[in-house]
Amino acid sequence: MLQSSAPLYDDLIPRGSHWSFIMRRGHVLRLIDETGNANVGMLMYNPENPLERYNMPDTLKNQHTFKLTSGHVLLSDMGRVFASVIRDDMGWHDTVSGTCNADMVAQRWGRKTYQQAHNHYHRNGFTSFLNELAKYGLGKKDLTANLNWFSKVTTDDDGKLSLVSGASHAGAIVDLRFEMDTIVVLHTCPHPMNTATDYPGHPVRYQFFRAAPVTDADPCRLSSPEATRAFANTALYHLFQ
Amino acid sequence: MIKQSALTPDTAAFREIVPAGEYFLKVVKAGETVRILDLEGNQAADTLFYNAHNPIERYSAVDTIREQGNVYLTAGSKLMSSENNVLLEITADTCGRHDTLGGACAAESNTTRYALEKKCMHSCRDSWLVAVTEHEELGMSKRDLTHNINFFMNVPVTADGGLTFEDGISDAGKYVELQAAMDVLMMISNCPQLNNPCNGWNPTPIEVLVWS
Repeated sequence: MLQSSAPLYDDLIPRGSHWSFIMRRGHVLRLIDETGNANVGMLMYNPENPLERYNMPDTLKNQHTFKLTSGHVLLSDMGRVFASVIRDDMGWHDTVSGTCNADMVAQRWGRKTYQQAHNHYHRNGFTSFLNELAKYGLGKKDLTANLNWFSKVTTDDDGKLSLVSGASHAGAIVDLRFEMDTIVVLHTCPHPMNTATDYPGHPVRYQFFRAAPVTDADPCRLSSPEATRAFANTALYHLFQ
Repeated sequence: MIKQSALTPDTAAFREIVPAGEYFLKVVKAGETVRILDLEGNQAADTLFYNAHNPIERYSAVDTIREQGNVYLTAGSKLMSSENNVLLEITADTCGRHDTLGGACAAESNTTRYALEKKCMHSCRDSWLVAVTEHEELGMSKRDLTHNINFFMNVPVTADGGLTFEDGISDAGKYVELQAAMDVLMMISNCPQLNNPCNGWNPTPIEVLVWS
């Protein structure tokens, strides 16, 4: 479902860092777990009206799922599809655990300042998101439940949450095909349930591709009646373009 | 976990019945206890909490479930804020389980969940949008309408990663009680949803009681 196998752009986000960009509709963002055990925090907003943002509950309840994998769509709070998960090498990604904050990182892995460690200082997901959001005039009120790519969080019958260690592997790929123009905010800070002894630092490679046209038989569009209706809402949004 | 309260309605300092489809706004002071009572059974009370003095600090569903290590809310659950502080603690619960993953219904989510032509049916997020626009003094807007608690709603998550909206496990007279750890603004939408079993297909009133 890529138009060509050569990426339009290829880049690496180092460990414990943050970055953001605008994806245009009809393009694929590929995330690659470079070393294994990565975590990529992600938020999404509509650049035309950032009040439209990724909505975790709408994404989960529309698709009757707790996990995210290929075939799923990532919904905005306005009933539209920001992106379709068109490839997933891992099978289960988390969107219910939130992100790590400064206190959590300091308690678990010690405080490491820029003065001490330069660009290997211990960043946290909360501040990283705010750092990137501020570039678009957004802030704390715009923080919502985020995605944690490459992190698998399960429950048992009583609802107890567990982070499954080692669920991802070096080279694992997630392909997100954007169905709308989208502000994508990313960080590579540790998953908030990671209890590793040392600050977990894993870089993530990301690439941009042109997407093949979305057909009527597209597996994400047809994955559920709810997804089909969300695609219809998205088509209506683009009616005048 | 089922836990009865020792408080009786006749000693409550405040009582108000909230019909389905209405919003309810009230500040609950630190130390006060608020009860939400399911009067007729199977009624979802979609609820948001804010630091009453600084609503940028608000209830965070993801921080709450991660910090307690469990997706369901019940007696003993501490409701965490976006700044990692405890807003309230659930001190009594005769229902046994409440949801915080299912979010609130909206015109737009009604289109995807049920049918495109259901967009004009009343919804919780519409009630909240009216609440924040009718109360400009709060300085709140759509940006403040974040992921909520659905008291009395049953959204089981399975070990293989499924999530469904099931028939409610609440009944007439069941309640949940919370003690505020700081001054909090409580914003409830008594859910008007007619398209799924969260209200037993028949939205009904709730009562809010506060003990000082």
